[in-house]
Amino acid sequence: MPPRIGLFVTCLVDLIRPSIGFAAVKLLEQAGCTVEVPAAQTCCGQPGYNSGDLDDARAIARTVIRAFAGYDYVVAPSGSCAGMIREHYPALFADTPALHSEARNLAERTHELVSFLVDIRGMTEIAARYDGVATYHDCCSGLRELGIKAQPRQLLQSVAGLSLAELPGAEICCGFGGTFCIKYPEISTRMVDDKAADILATGADTLLAGDLGCLMNMAGRLARRGETIRVRHVAEVLAGMTGAVPPIALAE
Amino acid sequence: MEATSRAFTANVRQALGNETLQQALGKMRAGFPLARAAAIRRLPEFEALRDQGKAIKDHTLAHLDHYLEAYERAVESAGGKVHWARTATEACETILAICQSVDAKLVTKGKSMVAEEIALNDFLEAHGIEPVETDLGEYIIQLRHEAPSHIIAPAVHLVKAQVEATFRANHTDLPEDRRLNEVGELTDEARAVLRQRFLAADVGITGANLLVAETGSSIIVTNEGNGDLTQILPKIHIVLASLEKIVPNLEDATTILRLLARSATGQEFSTYTTVSTGPRRPGDLDGPEQYHVVLLDNGRSTMLGGEFQDMLRCIRCSACLNHCPVYATVGGHAYGWVYPGPMGAVLTPSLIGVDAAGHLPNASTFCGKCESVCPMKIPLPRMMRAWRTREWKLRLNPPRYRMGMKLWAFFARRPGLYRLAGAVAIRLIRFWGGRKPGFGWLPFAGGWTRTRDFPAPQGRTFQSLWAEKQRSG
Repeated sequence: MPPRIGLFVTCLVDLIRPSIGFAAVKLLEQAGCTVEVPAAQTCCGQPGYNSGDLDDARAIARTVIRAFAGYDYVVAPSGSCAGMIREHYPALFADTPALHSEARNLAERTHELVSFLVDIRGMTEIAARYDGVATYHDCCSGLRELGIKAQPRQLLQSVAGLSLAELPGAEICCGFGGTFCIKYPEISTRMVDDKAADILATGADTLLAGDLGCLMNMAGRLARRGETIRVRHVAEVLAGMTGAVPPIALAE
Repeated sequence: MEATSRAFTANVRQALGNETLQQALGKMRAGFPLARAAAIRRLPEFEALRDQGKAIKDHTLAHLDHYLEAYERAVESAGGKVHWARTATEACETILAICQSVDAKLVTKGKSMVAEEIALNDFLEAHGIEPVETDLGEYIIQLRHEAPSHIIAPAVHLVKAQVEATFRANHTDLPEDRRLNEVGELTDEARAVLRQRFLAADVGITGANLLVAETGSSIIVTNEGNGDLTQILPKIHIVLASLEKIVPNLEDATTILRLLARSATGQEFSTYTTVSTGPRRPGDLDGPEQYHVVLLDNGRSTMLGGEFQDMLRCIRCSACLNHCPVYATVGGHAYGWVYPGPMGAVLTPSLIGVDAAGHLPNASTFCGKCESVCPMKIPLPRMMRAWRTREWKLRLNPPRYRMGMKLWAFFARRPGLYRLAGAVAIRLIRFWGGRKPGFGWLPFAGGWTRTRDFPAPQGRTFQSLWAEKQRSG
């Protein structure tokens, strides 16, 4: 029996860039999974949680827990949202034992997409083609909460036509930080400018990462500065779906 | 010092527009993290050491009353005296009384963040006593009437030319045509000026990196040796320390010292590690005649047993500042009080109130770098979130922000409504934007679109496309 996956699309992918969701479905099917998308999903609750609005965060988390009951795995094309479910849902319900065990159960089944493909499904290479020089930014939650570092690089190495140029300071935050980027736009802009300088210095023609929030921040700033580097979610490249949709914030 | 944390946003604008500051921060950004990383590569057991350090502090905090009382007994049996100070004012008054008991006019000071916390220099000056900072960085900023911008490198916001100008403006008895271009020339001059002050001081005040309960010792680490001259030469040595500096014994102290220097500057050990236990004994060649410890609480005991207790493990190494991308962008003064960076974002609201310091725990992307480098494994992001939770409960956030968050939550809690509203909103935005790849302006998103394009949505939600696909089989 192939494992049954509940895809947690994430609100940003759902609203802004559904192509990432379809790339995730394709990759999961390539990895021998059957994929379902529970309709009763919205957001992981992180905006409220990180703003201190724990009541709403708990209510949203309960919705997610219910919607994803019964799946073998829950996979999200985002280290940040997967990290929220894995690391923070159990903490949200620390004082209510019944919900806490449900939250822990969900946390144990939840994974970020690329690390799921490599670590759980044992994928070591991918049949895809992308012509270009790519650099990869490690998004903070995926990197530090979930230990995602080698997995995307391993799969990218097998993409035909693609060469990887390592990004100096790849582990330094891009300045997105969820609502941080609108609460403190000046700091956020300086951080993303520093990141842009590092990205451009690699000489890569493509910037990849695993979280749409961070990608929108970097792509939005690069586009405003008139740069033509192509910014994409790593899943689009791995799924070989870059021909169908233009890069983020750039006309092609 | 007067807190300006409420004006964080204005402080930030000033910091971002200050090119000299940005130049200084650029140097720091590269230096400290590389040095720390190299030191840790040379010590394979560093991770295990972190666990040991954390365990020592957790144990001590769980039995703080026991160790503080043991410490007091040990200090007194070594001939010293412990003064308990509940507040900054009590600490200042205690120190003043000791100084006045010998009619002190001049006080030398080793570097102490607790002295900054209680604004000791201002207090002594107001009572006719001249405090002289002897740590080079502290000395420079004292001459400039500035606050430290970093907890171990107080003048890190300055560049060499500013130090030269400061020395020329203050050391007016030295020849005007002297050379002051090189770092060595600047330090030589500071050393010569300070040497006179060391010899003339009536009282020496130091902080403490650690207090040892078993022996009644206080330990300071410096790289300049200024702490030794501060505490050995004058008649009286006053140690000013906050109560969480205590550890059970010397073995524990060395474990923490091994973590401290590596995390702070990337050194194996600080250049000078000085252990002092009581005043000069009969037969000792040097040392003070009186040894006093002023133990400051200033709100820390209220952190015990609560969600901020872990912060009391902090050993003030500054690794969290040195690796923080926000600190690296705005520097320490923007935070508006004594303790900047991630540790300040957690500690400052505890000490001056979350209403005054509410910006600090919010000015973090939760990138998690601070926690990952903290030698004491303090969950800094978790505690910043705990402050945000209190702010939310107290309704301290800007009303527009609250409204936006509540609106989002309203839809996120109702999947059916969310699907419908999302699909409609995205179609509208797409229609409005035409085929543009991004928006230069969006309503309610000025914070984003002033400096960044907002990537145009593809036009349909994933959920509606998926449902369509399922229907068509």
